[in-house]
Amino acid sequence: MNPLRPYRSSWLLDWLPFLVCGLILLVLLPQSLSMFQLNLLGRFLTYAIVALGLDLIWGYTGMLSLGQGLFFGLGAYCFGMYLNLEAAGKNLPEFMGLYGVTELPWLWQPFHSPVLAILLAVGFPMLVAALVGYMVFRSRVQGVYFSIITQALTAIVALLLIGQQQLINGTNGITEMRTIFGYKLSDPATKMGLYVTTALVLGAVFLLCRYLIRSRFGRLLVAVRDDENRVRFVGYNPVVIKVCVFALSAGIAGLAGALFVPQVGIIAPKQIDIVASIEIVIWVAVGGRGTLVGAVLGALLVNTGKSVISSARPDIWQFIMGGLFVGVVVLFPKGIVGAILDLFQRIRLSWPNTRPAESAPLEVETTSLAGGKPR
Amino acid sequence: MNAILDAKGVTVSFDGFKVLDNLDFAIGYEEMRFLIGPNGAGKSTLLDIITGKTRPDAGKITFDGHINVARVSEHQLVRCGIGRKFQTPSVFSSLTVFENLEAAIGFKSSVLRLTQGMSPAGIERVEETLEIINLKDQRNVQAGILSHGQKQWLEIGMLLVQDPKLLLLDEPVAGMTRRERDHTGELLHRIARGRSILVVEHDMVFVRQFASTVTVLHMGQLLCEGPVEAVQSDAQVVEVYLGRTQKAA
Repeated sequence: MNPLRPYRSSWLLDWLPFLVCGLILLVLLPQSLSMFQLNLLGRFLTYAIVALGLDLIWGYTGMLSLGQGLFFGLGAYCFGMYLNLEAAGKNLPEFMGLYGVTELPWLWQPFHSPVLAILLAVGFPMLVAALVGYMVFRSRVQGVYFSIITQALTAIVALLLIGQQQLINGTNGITEMRTIFGYKLSDPATKMGLYVTTALVLGAVFLLCRYLIRSRFGRLLVAVRDDENRVRFVGYNPVVIKVCVFALSAGIAGLAGALFVPQVGIIAPKQIDIVASIEIVIWVAVGGRGTLVGAVLGALLVNTGKSVISSARPDIWQFIMGGLFVGVVVLFPKGIVGAILDLFQRIRLSWPNTRPAESAPLEVETTSLAGGKPR
Repeated sequence: MNAILDAKGVTVSFDGFKVLDNLDFAIGYEEMRFLIGPNGAGKSTLLDIITGKTRPDAGKITFDGHINVARVSEHQLVRCGIGRKFQTPSVFSSLTVFENLEAAIGFKSSVLRLTQGMSPAGIERVEETLEIINLKDQRNVQAGILSHGQKQWLEIGMLLVQDPKLLLLDEPVAGMTRRERDHTGELLHRIARGRSILVVEHDMVFVRQFASTVTVLHMGQLLCEGPVEAVQSDAQVVEVYLGRTQKAA
């Protein structure tokens, strides 16, 4: 049972924390952090965006997608190809020369245009998710099988990218990036701009998700999680609902990928393999699935921890993350935010006046047909 | 032919066992019909067939004169006007009572429309239904913590807001107290106006109290059909139910 009904809160509770967080991210932190740290935070914010997408489909709809890293990567590749072309100017991207490619492949053509590149970074993952989702959901594949299929898809695409050396530089990934919309990527002002843009997009995606989960559509997502069959017999086609939310989460992941790549300057198959997708799941699990704040918080905390710990002791981070995941699942199945909200709930329930209506005591009496006396 | 639901020669078999065997069955417009029969008679399977959950091996079911049930998907059948309450109360347990009804009322809306609020007419309808199913005070209670009887009512309410032409109720009073049962019986008659209802029920006290026409299923076939008094005194029905032979009776 889900005791969290956060959306019945007041206007003040709704917007005050949001605005405070916005102020911290946009005013306080840029002034107090170094450019290196800020750039790192910007990267984490893109992770938080992906986490929001996963939370929609996993936390609210109950479908564990192990393909969010893939959609993130597809978005990153789309935008990375634009950056790569811009760096190459009138020439071909540098790596193509190594493989003797003399003409720009057709796949690259759309990425001359930054607008098209952004649209594709969001739209292409959505399209992939919608197609795969439609086929999977139509045949009523559910639960762990859905997870396995999305994981297989991720593995396939990662392998595919590695194999395509001439097309997208294989294992090395796309690295040549110098400018974005004509601004130098190495310029602190550009970096600041990217950070601010990421923070704003995170805010916008958060608000979009919050709007959706508070709408009737959001309640249907929860209904699908509770009892998909019942949703069907209430008269909805669960396939449509699930395809929509899967595509939406993929689009959000793609958008995050597009914001990620100019801040990091590289996108390679290694960054979108199976492990990457599982890490996203861990962020959301640690933060608290089924709460949007939890998804964002989880992504930021886990990645901050990762960066702090692995810079001191690179070898132990994997163990810590594994332990963290197991620990959270065993001790706080609802994650950090879920545990905190549970605590609040318990305090509130121990207050006698606010106890919610108990269910009426039930005296079961059934008169079976055989037992009933005929008149 | 004046039937909202007309089943002809319906056969369903699971692993060679015929759960429904060449069954002919019809319900008229605005009729309330009770369906009884011992365990395994095929009652729930008949509901499964009508709602498209199971497809018949043979036979045809026509709904509302022109809809071939076997050709329409489950959710489309609901949109055509066939509502079903399941045997075990199935409501969305993490949604509140109000939200359950709200989810049910939007069943014909597009996804985009669903991201917006309910229409004033819709809200009014949900309020009305809350009153009818006697859950006005529990509107903000999570459906998962309702009592068994209240869940049953909520599920009936979810059907009501959709204004179905045919309402299928699978054991609506199972596990209810006497008071709850009486309330449910009254509820049935109240909501019967303007629609057809098919009630599957084991509880003979309830059937005697509220039924007019009763159909008895046995071994996948129609055993007997008629007014409740006639059915009850039918020798075959007594035999099937009580395991007595006619002579012993």
